[in-house]
Amino acid sequence: MKTTLNILWKDVLIEWRTRSRTVALLSFAYTILLLFAFAIGPDSAALRQHAGAYLWLGLLLSSTLLLDSSMRIEFEAGAISKLLLAPVSAPGLFYGKAIANTIQLWIIGAVSVPMVFVVCDATVVESSGWLALTLALGAAGLAAPGTLYSAMIARLSGKQLLLPLMLFPLVVPVIVSAVKATSLVMMGDPMNQIGSWLALLLCFNLVYWGLCGVLFGRVVEA
Amino acid sequence: MENVVQATNLGRRFGRRWAVARLDLSVGADERLLVIGPNGCGKTTLLKVLSTLLPPSQGDVEWFGHTDNVRGRIGLMGHDPGVYEDLSAVDNLRVFARIGGTSDTDITRLLRTVGLDDRPDTVARYSAGMRRRLALAFLLQKQPQLALLDEPFAQMDPGGIAQVSSAIQALPGAVVIASHQVQHAAPLCTRAILMDEGQIRWSGPAKQAEAAWRALHKERGDL
Repeated sequence: MKTTLNILWKDVLIEWRTRSRTVALLSFAYTILLLFAFAIGPDSAALRQHAGAYLWLGLLLSSTLLLDSSMRIEFEAGAISKLLLAPVSAPGLFYGKAIANTIQLWIIGAVSVPMVFVVCDATVVESSGWLALTLALGAAGLAAPGTLYSAMIARLSGKQLLLPLMLFPLVVPVIVSAVKATSLVMMGDPMNQIGSWLALLLCFNLVYWGLCGVLFGRVVEA
Repeated sequence: MENVVQATNLGRRFGRRWAVARLDLSVGADERLLVIGPNGCGKTTLLKVLSTLLPPSQGDVEWFGHTDNVRGRIGLMGHDPGVYEDLSAVDNLRVFARIGGTSDTDITRLLRTVGLDDRPDTVARYSAGMRRRLALAFLLQKQPQLALLDEPFAQMDPGGIAQVSSAIQALPGAVVIASHQVQHAAPLCTRAILMDEGQIRWSGPAKQAEAAWRALHKERGDL
């Protein structure tokens, strides 16, 4: 637990010192949202109907940049060796980095929501608490496997291409559940389905966070 | 006295090539060992295996009489400085002090020791030599019982070499230095080994290391 908190503190410190990276990620997410809006055209009904999908596609694409950058700082100058000799436990290292990535993804998602409202003419029909929870569970569902895979390919060439190729198929259930839950929050939920989609998201998170925490040691020691 | 490192029939291969082969080595507590040899002879691989970061392909290694849970007692200054480029030297030392559970009260003194106390900017702006000085500061901060230094004098100016030499002398415990710069490293060491093609070709007092290396070069026709 102490290792996790120390790694989390270290990642937050690095992000605070290099705020330009967060700004760049936010700009990237905004650009994607604008591109979807331009591609669909002035059909406000279609934009509103698919607003949740645009939000999550923007987050998914931004996540690859964030995850790659998060692990690159550990490997590019050999800091990972120093961490292992500190010594830190591999699960502690994984959970620290995965939580830091989840927080950053959640912030990018939260800041992107107003942009989605403006661009897609969308609004929150159900409780905004559901939206915050969906963002948190969806961000966590992307961050856990993303942290593992970014460590797996950190020493390989062409990692920017490999990460989405490996990550996207694995997180399809997370994206589907998150898009469904977000759309229900924005369009209304007469059948009370949000809870079911969030429960599904939670299940995927439990599997990903458990499995990836166990496998991370083998990946960083390899 | 208990050996800090006891390696028996140690080997490490990459694909079909053995970087280190059938190597027996012991390092005593407080011993200063110099490892020399031509490029690609296995010095860096040996240090990585001794650091526990690289598992051996064959043979056994014991550290302090144990085979695991020894990482907290080992320090490595490798080719990579092992730093966060976006942080300053002070922040880097503070981060690793907190993660490693060591004191962060002497950071200014540590940086003065390695000549970096006047550089508050991020490590990304440091020269290669300054990064190596910072890597040495990490070792001084950790105070390991086994310090492994890979080319500590690389990319150093004369002033840096003097500072690094005195910093290495201040390290407690056993020290293993792999270096091509025998004239700087040998005075800091008591014993030396000469490696060639992954094996120890010569072992003796550090002050005779340069002569042994010249003999190897002559034998290979390099001189």
